[in-house]
Order: sequence, then structure tokens, then C-alpha cells
Amino acid sequence: MEQPLTQHIPKDGGWLHLKDYEKVGGYQGLRKALKMTPKEVINLVKDAGLRGRGGAGFSTGLKWSLVPSPDQVPGPRYLVANGDEMEPGTFKDRLLLEGNPHQLIEGMIIGAYAIQAEFSYIFLRWGYQNAEKAILQAIQEAYEAGYLGKNILGSGFSHELSMHTSVGRYMCGEETALINALEGKRANPRAKPPFPVVSGFFGKPTVVNNIETLSNVPHILDKGVSWYKSLSKCEDGGTKLYGVSGKVKRPGLWELPLGTSFREILEEYAGGMRDGYQFKGALPGGGSTDFITAEHLDVAMDYNSVAKVGSRMGTGTIIVLDDRTCVVGMVLNLEHFFAQESCGWCTPCREGLPWTERLLQAIEEGQGRMEDLKIFDDLTRYMAPGHTFCALAPGAMEPLQSALKYFRADFERHIHEHRCPWK
Amino acid sequence: MATIYIDGNPYQVKDGDNLLSACLSLGFNLTYFCWHPALHSVGACRQCAIVRYRDENDTRGRIVMACMEQVADQARISLEAPEAKQFRAQNIESLMINHPHDCPVCDEGGECHLQDMTVMSGHNYRRYRFKKRTHLNQYLGPFLHHEMNRCIQCYRCVRFYNDYAEGKDFGVFAAHDDVYFGRFEPGVLENEFSGNLVEVCPTGVFTDKTLRKHYTRKWDLTNAPSICQQCGLGCNIIASERYGSLRRILSRYNGDVNGYFICDRGRFGYEYVNSERRIPHALKQEPAGNWQGLKKEIAIREIRDRIRAARKVIGIGSPRASLESNFLLRELVGADQFYAGIPEQEAKLIKEVLHILRHSGVRTPSLKETESYDAIFVLGEDVTNTAPMLALSLRQAAKNQPKEKARALKIADWNDAAIREVIQGQKGPLFIAAPSATRLDDAALATLQAHPDEIAKTGFAVAHQLDASAQGAELSASTEDFARRVAEALLAAKKPLVVAGTSLYSQAIIHAAANVAMALKKAGKDVGLFYTVPEVNSMGLMMMTDQYLEQAFHQVSSGEADMAIVVENDLYRRMPAHIVDAFFQKAKTVVVLDAIAHRTGERAHFVLPAGTFAEASGTVVNNEGRAQRFFQVYQPRNDIQSSWKWLQALAADDQLAVANLDEVISRLIACYPELEGIREAAPDARFRVGTQKIPREPHRYSGRTAMLAHIQVSEPKPPEDPDSPLSFTMEGYVGTPPAPLTPFFWSPGWNSVQAINKFQIEVGGPLHGGNPGKRLIEAAQQASMPYFTDVPPAVQQQADSWSIWPAYHIFGSDELSALSAPLQERMPASYLALSPADAKALQLQPGNSVEVNFHGQAIRFPIIIKPDLPGGYALVPKGWEATAGWIFPVQSTLKPVQA
Repeated sequence: MEQPLTQHIPKDGGWLHLKDYEKVGGYQGLRKALKMTPKEVINLVKDAGLRGRGGAGFSTGLKWSLVPSPDQVPGPRYLVANGDEMEPGTFKDRLLLEGNPHQLIEGMIIGAYAIQAEFSYIFLRWGYQNAEKAILQAIQEAYEAGYLGKNILGSGFSHELSMHTSVGRYMCGEETALINALEGKRANPRAKPPFPVVSGFFGKPTVVNNIETLSNVPHILDKGVSWYKSLSKCEDGGTKLYGVSGKVKRPGLWELPLGTSFREILEEYAGGMRDGYQFKGALPGGGSTDFITAEHLDVAMDYNSVAKVGSRMGTGTIIVLDDRTCVVGMVLNLEHFFAQESCGWCTPCREGLPWTERLLQAIEEGQGRMEDLKIFDDLTRYMAPGHTFCALAPGAMEPLQSALKYFRADFERHIHEHRCPWK
Repeated sequence: MATIYIDGNPYQVKDGDNLLSACLSLGFNLTYFCWHPALHSVGACRQCAIVRYRDENDTRGRIVMACMEQVADQARISLEAPEAKQFRAQNIESLMINHPHDCPVCDEGGECHLQDMTVMSGHNYRRYRFKKRTHLNQYLGPFLHHEMNRCIQCYRCVRFYNDYAEGKDFGVFAAHDDVYFGRFEPGVLENEFSGNLVEVCPTGVFTDKTLRKHYTRKWDLTNAPSICQQCGLGCNIIASERYGSLRRILSRYNGDVNGYFICDRGRFGYEYVNSERRIPHALKQEPAGNWQGLKKEIAIREIRDRIRAARKVIGIGSPRASLESNFLLRELVGADQFYAGIPEQEAKLIKEVLHILRHSGVRTPSLKETESYDAIFVLGEDVTNTAPMLALSLRQAAKNQPKEKARALKIADWNDAAIREVIQGQKGPLFIAAPSATRLDDAALATLQAHPDEIAKTGFAVAHQLDASAQGAELSASTEDFARRVAEALLAAKKPLVVAGTSLYSQAIIHAAANVAMALKKAGKDVGLFYTVPEVNSMGLMMMTDQYLEQAFHQVSSGEADMAIVVENDLYRRMPAHIVDAFFQKAKTVVVLDAIAHRTGERAHFVLPAGTFAEASGTVVNNEGRAQRFFQVYQPRNDIQSSWKWLQALAADDQLAVANLDEVISRLIACYPELEGIREAAPDARFRVGTQKIPREPHRYSGRTAMLAHIQVSEPKPPEDPDSPLSFTMEGYVGTPPAPLTPFFWSPGWNSVQAINKFQIEVGGPLHGGNPGKRLIEAAQQASMPYFTDVPPAVQQQADSWSIWPAYHIFGSDELSALSAPLQERMPASYLALSPADAKALQLQPGNSVEVNFHGQAIRFPIIIKPDLPGGYALVPKGWEATAGWIFPVQSTLKPVQA
């Protein structure tokens, strides 16, 4: 099984320096890209079926193709790597950032070449301090080796890359809020349209891609579309970093073919549930996805299959709920996070999430009422996709609405018994 | 136009609009908070949710925010769909989680947009049972009261204050349900337009602190449509009274003049109406120092006797008195004896402005129209302080060119946040040349600080660059560069605008501005020329007479005249004190009609209590040449009445003595055919809707039968108003009266100022029946005058003689508003400003004082050092006690005072 993204990451906790990266084929993708036209690069990535690994799963090549060409809109344009990984339960980009920063940098240069951007930024979560050190050094190495700067590898293409360490807001994971933060403004999302590909960073065309997405790009360029497609078990190309946290025997992170089944990840790689714990449900793609339950164990972990069972693949990092953990407490913990991370711009999110949190708190403390469940139903409908300014609140509602769907009895027990039965 | 279907019915709406604005224009009641017709859409509050359908086969549709959706032909939407209604009610429920429900003790109660929207949404019972979040409030200065707990986070305040008015000392702090709108620490809000937060805020977070000191609910106020008297722009206002005192000023929407906003001088400068310095009854001073009160009839008889006995009576009018008051003075004393109560210098400048307006062939836009220009050159004016609302308009105009970039990206004009993201604070071609840095400089592409003569020369040079046949001027290299940039930008623009005014008393600047405008016109540009003038009726006054104050004084000093009647004028603010003193020494009888006790009144033999704009009706002409009517707000319970009514009583003409305002206007027009248009400033007193008058009081006005019960139990008959179709009662027509007669904005379900939507033909557009005011002067198609050639000579600095120029202050330079306590808190102390180099040369430091020799009198000023001054001249605040009556520029030595 090929693991192009992770196989060369040193096992000692260090990172793959330039020399070692080059030894295993590093920057070959870039060399090939620079010999192609930008349009050819975009089409290649489009054909490979690379979909955004940040959670939304939008076609990367298509996104790049939406950037107006310099003839249509002259002036600067930007590429931004979204390294603000703050989704609860998610730690996949961290591995790539800490272990293989050149792979990201190479992917960014290729992406920048495809959209003809002269500048790009890595927007990094504040807490990723080891990654910060590695990336800064890797950027330095890339400049020294001529992969960054003026006239890269004699191609005539010039590119400057720098890193911005964020002060840490979940909101910055949303691309337009990230752009605002990068501009030095409040991390509020922007209205779309106009999309960032038209008016982004400082009002210029901007592409924001996830770290894992960009890390796939060098390999597509280096080894081609059919190889890339062959990595996957589904119609979309490539591998995916899947993680599992919760009361499993071996919590961890693995690079597996896209479309590997949930059961395989849980049982083969995470080693199944710890002794004495029963699988009850899981959030398949981070904190802001709907629960799936035992009946969905055989779902393939790809964008379309997970959607079919009423959830989202999201970031592909699974949070497992077991029978000895209180689901109300788990959702409360999540809603506390989301309420706190709301930027305060639109009403449903700003007001609805704290109310949600307080209701859960009351239920968890034995102060719940049966009518609270009706309020939850109203709130989840109120904060549905399209009703709010960005996807934060609808995402926050996903674990709640699915918990109410699958584990309503647990909520009712809290209310009837005036206590948390798991405490 | 596009056809859209709302709940199945077709409607014609404007292309390019957003659906919220389109629905409101059609008269639908759709709830909203963050959208504002002047601030446009950002989609934050989610209150205007509607259902939009893909096509006629789509029965489910999806919820969208109307404010963020573009009108499209054949679009199908529903306001009434149950899910949309439920969403809107739920959104209110969410907002109410933290709103304190303190309506009974909230200043906004009864005119609260949040109350209106809550009722409109149908939300009633709360389900939230936890604690509300609370905030600490801030001290924000003398104008605004801050009550953050009421905030519903619509972001309108920051969008007005920071984005629209471009204030810097306010913002949004923190995040999630803890967001806070205020200053980084308690303190005075600096921006000159901060008071608009009272109207922009949909609830009671920002309320009028001056109203709070004598609070009255909106429904208990007696209101009149009025015109702000505090500068020459003539912004439209609503003035409101209860129990005989003026309670507050609100902006009165006029799509041609001030739009939705007014400045803080206009809003908070009204307290002089309630001042202890008001004169309630007629007074007589004889012998000097011995004052006695007179009954109205006796005062009239005695003054009439004096007039009869006098050798010759002269009348001194005023630019702060109405056309009618000035006219009746003229009728009383005769045209030859009627003088404008301003010095020759100022009179001639305004005459020159009038001349240019008539003959330059260049259009003078209305105040609101200035926002449509795309390159602006300001010569000599610190507009924020001389014509404040112009500064707000020019800020918007300066964004027109940068906004083109957003248009190129097909971003709709209403998509406010998206436009700002594209333009990123980029400045448009606004150029300002003034004697010192101005408050508008931050919006300008380039500025020039120079001696007024140098500014004029720069203007001449710009005109010369645009058209070589216009007289040029020699400039220094750096000024030359500035002039070149200005000329290039004006020529590159579609609609260039030239702004100048009378504030520096420089005819050369006025001429230079005219030359620039005429040269642009010759170059085929759709150019505008906008002059500011000092006072509310400066233009009207100078349309009535060519005679000025020096000539009036000469009549008295030469002994030809022995009696003078002075209307609404403090002569000590017009001319140096020794000249006015000489006038009083010579005049046998001086009658002063004014509202406020001042030095001129103190020396008069008779003082008659004149009404302010609150107790009088009349017509004024603004800088644009627009005649506008203001109406009496209430009938005072003393002898105060409008000057023109006093003058009527003094007149020998029996017919004139009983004339109402309309008849006075008819007579006025007969004498001044050019003023014919003032009749159209408002419908006359015979106007009725059906048979009904228009009530000044809302139909919910309370306490009418009780408010005078301590004097008389039976309710007195309400006062009559022979001068207008407005009644001093709550009975009459409730609806949409003609715009000039609208005393307040109210519509069923719309108790807040947002009711204005119902009074406009379309949201943000003209008022029903047209915006109030009648333009009296329209430029001809072609110029009928040559270029001016009076280029000033090079500035020569004489050793030991400094030229001292006026610096203007929004709070303080206007005579009457400066008497209002809230404004006084914002007035700087008197000063004389020097450049750092000049101060050093004079061995002066901040805190030192200098003496200015003004006509032999030593006047002491504390020194301030302004790094923006280029040097060679000094500035003093205009209109301060120490500079009252100065004719600028003043030449004087500057003598350092030993501490």
C-alpha cells in the first residue's frame, strides 16, 4: 500500500529536511510543473480528482481554474495554505506540517504557478509550535536551493512564500475569515459571492487550500493522474489521512486509500474498542459532523459515501463515542467550544450556540426539561445550512441533531432522572 | 425594471437592487436590523429571511436573506411562507436572549426599531431561562449615553462610525456573544457625526444624552419640520418640544440635502433655545443701566412713537434671520435704509458667490449630490468645521473611483462589505488645500497647507493647466507638483467637483475656484462648483440688499440717521468693538430684536424677545441657493415671537400688520422677483388634506388635559397657527403629508425613525411629492463671464507683523450653538497657533502666551504649536470671545508675555 504523503516522515519525531526530501523524489513534481503551462497543471490536478481535504471536498483543480488569468484581471493574486487546524478531534495536518514541510511548500509553489501567484502564505495555527520551527527552516532551505525566490529553476517563474502564525481562532479555518485575519482584521467571515478566487486577500484573487490538499499536489505532478487515481478505492483520487480518537485500543493517524471502510479503520488500524467498552457511535470527520452509529460501520470513508448515510467525511478524523461516555456531556463539550469560537457576526450563531450550550449544561446537571428537546429541534432547524452567515453554526448543530436522532433516550433519561446517569 | 413575484403576485422593481430594499420600497413590512438604506447590506443580522424559489415549479424553495439577494427578473420569493416567518420570529427570540427588556426605563422605548421588529415578527414569549450577559457601559462624552446591555449586535454603529464617517476611536471588541461596541477606553467620541448613532442604532444602546436631561417620549413631543440654523448648508431637521422647552433635534430625511444624517453641532447645539440667556419679555433701558420690563403693547407703542419722532431710522438685518424677518425690517425702514448686518468684506464675498452661481455656467450641486462626484478639489475650506455635513458627503464621493474596481468585478452596489474588501481603504482623488491640516485630510490623496494667498494661487495655476487661456500663477516647486496632480486628476475624472467658500475671507480663492470649474466645463467635464457660506441665511440676505454694515454705521456717525433697529444680530461679533461702541454713542435710539441676551442687546434702548427657529416660522436660503421653510415648533407662553411678527406690529401699514406668513411672502416676492421660488418651499397655510390640518403632535400624545390643570382645570383652546397648515394639536391628518410639512415620521407598526421608508417613493430615494426646498438659482448652459485674473501677489512676510487667520471649530465657531452646554464641553480653549519654526523664532513654547495688538487693544492668547502649519502666519479660533468682531486677516505684532 502506497503512502506517498507520510511514508518518508522520519519516525524519530523529526522532519524531512531538503536533502532527504530530494532523495525520495522531492521537487520532481515542481520541475515537471514548471515545464507545463499553468493551464495544463490545473487540468492535470482536475483530472486527478483531488478534492479539498479541509472538509468541504471541493475540486482543487476546479477552484484553481476559477482564478481569473492575469490577462483578465492584472495585478497580484495569492495562494494561502490553511494550516489553522482547530476542528475538534483533528490532527492530520499537524503530522504533515511537523514531518514533511517541503511536501507542502512544493505543493504550494506548484499551486501558485498554476494560478500565477507571486506570493503565498502559510496560515498556521498558533499552537503548532514545532511545525512553526520546521516550516520556517524548510522555507529557508527552499530559498537557498532556488525553489523559492526569483526565476525558480530557470523557469522565469518567481515566487515568495512566507508564514503567518495565527493567534488561534477556530473561525480562521473558514477561508474568508482566514483572509480577514491575514489582513490584520477581525476573523469574521465574508459574504460569498464574491468568492476569494475573485476578491480575496486584500481584494485580490486568492486561493485557499488545506495543508493535506496541497501536500497531494507534488505527487500528482510527479507520478501522474492514473497512478493517483489508483491509490484510491473510490471515484475520487488519492489517499486520505484518517485518524481515530476515543476509547479504542490504538488511537492514531494513518494514510490509507480514500474510501477505506470505517470498519477497517476502526478495527484494523485502531485495534477496535478497548476492553470493556462498546462502540456506540462516532463523529466521522471531526467535531462538526453528524454521528454515525453501529449500523453504518461498513460505510466507505469517502465524500459521497459518508454523505449518503447522513453525515460528512469532513476532515476524516474519527471521534469514537463509547457506551461508558455520556453523549450529553460529549455534545456539551463540543457546543461549549463552538459557542466560544463563534465570531459574533451573525445572530443565529452568536446567540443560538450559547443557548444550546446552556441547555445542554442544564440537562447534564439534572436541570433539563422535556420542552428543552423541542427547543433543540427548533435551534438545529434555525441554524441549518444557508440560514447562517458561514458554516460554523450549521457544523456545530451536526453532532447535536444526530445525537438527538440516535441517542434521544439518553437525553430523556437525564431529564427524567434529574442527573447524569453516567456520573 | 424587473418583474418579481412576491407570494405569487407580480411586482415591478428596480434592477440591481437587493430584495430587501425592493420589498420595502413596495411597501411590504419585512423585518431587518443590520441593513440601512445609506449603509447598505452586510447580511449579519439574518432578520430579513425570506423564501426564494428556483422557478415556478419549485414549491419548497430555500431560506435566503433578502438583503443579500440581487433582484432578478422573474424571481419568485415569499415573505409569508411559514418557515420564513418562523425563522424571523426565532431570530428575534435569539436577539432577546440577552436584550434586557427594560423598555419602560429605556430612552428608546416608543421609537425603538427593535420593538417594532419584535412585534412585526410575531415573537412574544421567551423560552430562554438562563442568565443574560452583561456589559459595563462607557462614558462617551457630552452627546451620547451608552447602554451596552441593550445591544443586539447589528454592527450598524461600527459600520456608520468607522466605515461611513471614517471615525477612528470606536470599534467592535471581543467575540461570540460577548462582542462589545465602544471605545478602547471610556472617553469622548471624537467624530463630528457621532450623534447619528442615536438614529442608526436600532435600539437603546446609543441615546441622546441631551434629551436624557429633559426626557420625553416620542409620542409626547410636539414637532415641526425645521431647518438647522447652525451653518450655511441648511440640513433638514425635526425639532421637538414639550412643556415649553426644546427637547431634541433629529435628522429629517431630505434626499437632496442631508440624506439620513446631520452633524453633532446641528443635533446637540440646540440648547441655546432653552438658555437662561433667552429674553422672555420686552425690555427698555433708560437711562443706561436701568432696565425695565415692558408689556408687549406698551413696548410696541413706545417704539412706534420713537420711529415717528426719529429723523431717520435704519434697519440692520442679519444672515441668521429669515428672509421674512429681514424683509419686514426693510418694509419698516424703507429699502434705502435697510442694511445687511455683515461687514463689507463678507457681504462682497457672498455677492461674488451669487454672481458666480448665476454666470459661471457651472452647476452648483445640492449637498447630497456632491456624493456623486468622482474627483474633488477643496480650496481653503476646513469643511468639517465650516460646513460639517459636506465633509461627510465628500468622504463618500472620494470612494467613487475606488468603487469602480468593485463594479468591474460585478459586485452589486449594495454589497457593502464586499465593496470595502475590494477597495481596501484605497483613497480616491480628493485634494485639500487649506491653511492647516483639516479633519478630512485622512480621506485625501494629497493635501497642501499654505497661506490663503498661496492657496488661491494654486487654484489659479490648476485652472491655467486645464486651460492655458486662464490666468496662471507662479508657484514653488512642491506646490507646483501638487497643482499638477490636482489638474491631472480633475481632468481624468468624469464628474469633478470644486469646493471653496468664504471662510478665509479671500475673494481670490473664490475666484480661483470659479476659474478651475469654468476651465473644466470648457474641457467638457460634468463639473460641479460648491461654495460654503457662513450662516443659515447668508445667501438669502445678500439676495435682498447690496448695503452692508459699515454703510449703516456711517449713516449714524454722519448724523443722517438717529435710530436703528437691529434684527437678530450681535454687532459685536461682526465688527471690532470700538466701531460698534462708536455707533451706540451716536445713535439716539437702538432697538434690538433677538432671542439671546448679548452685548449688542445690553447697549440697546429697547430689546424685543425674538423667537428662535423653534418659536418662529420662516424661509432661509442655503449655500446652494435652495429656499427652505422652517416651521414654528411651539407657542411659547411669554412674549417671544418671530422677529417678523414684532416688525409687523411696529409697521404703520395696517394691511401688513395683519398679514400671515404667506402674505408676507407675496409682498416679498413682489419686491424681489428672483425670490419667487420661495413660495414653493412649502405648501401655504391654506393647504389641507381633505379638510384636515397636519398635527404637530402624534395621535398618542398624552397629558394634554392635565398639563395646565394646575393653572386652570378646563383645557385651554390650543393655539392657532395662521402661518402654516400645521396645527398645535394631535388631531388632524395622520398619513403622509407633503414632505416640507412632515413634522415626524411615523407609520403603523413603524414607531422608530425607520418609518422614513414609508415616506419615500423608494427606499433611499426622494420623499413623496419631492424632496423639500426650491432651488432659486440655476446656472446657465454657457458661462457669461470671463476668467478671473486677480492672482494675489507673492506672500511677503513683514518683519514683526504677523498675519492672523481664522481657524474654524464645529463646536464653538457658530454663535448660537456655542451657547449650548453640551457643545461647550467640546470647545477648545482660546489659542493662537504657530508653526514650530515660528514658535521657536519667537522663543515661545506651549503654555506661553502672546499678546496681539488689535486696534490698540492687547489681547492675550495661550500658544499652541501646530506641526502642520507651514509658518509665516498664525491662526486663532473664529467666533471665540477673544476674536469676536475681528475682520480677518488681522495684522499684528506677537508679543511674548512673560510668565
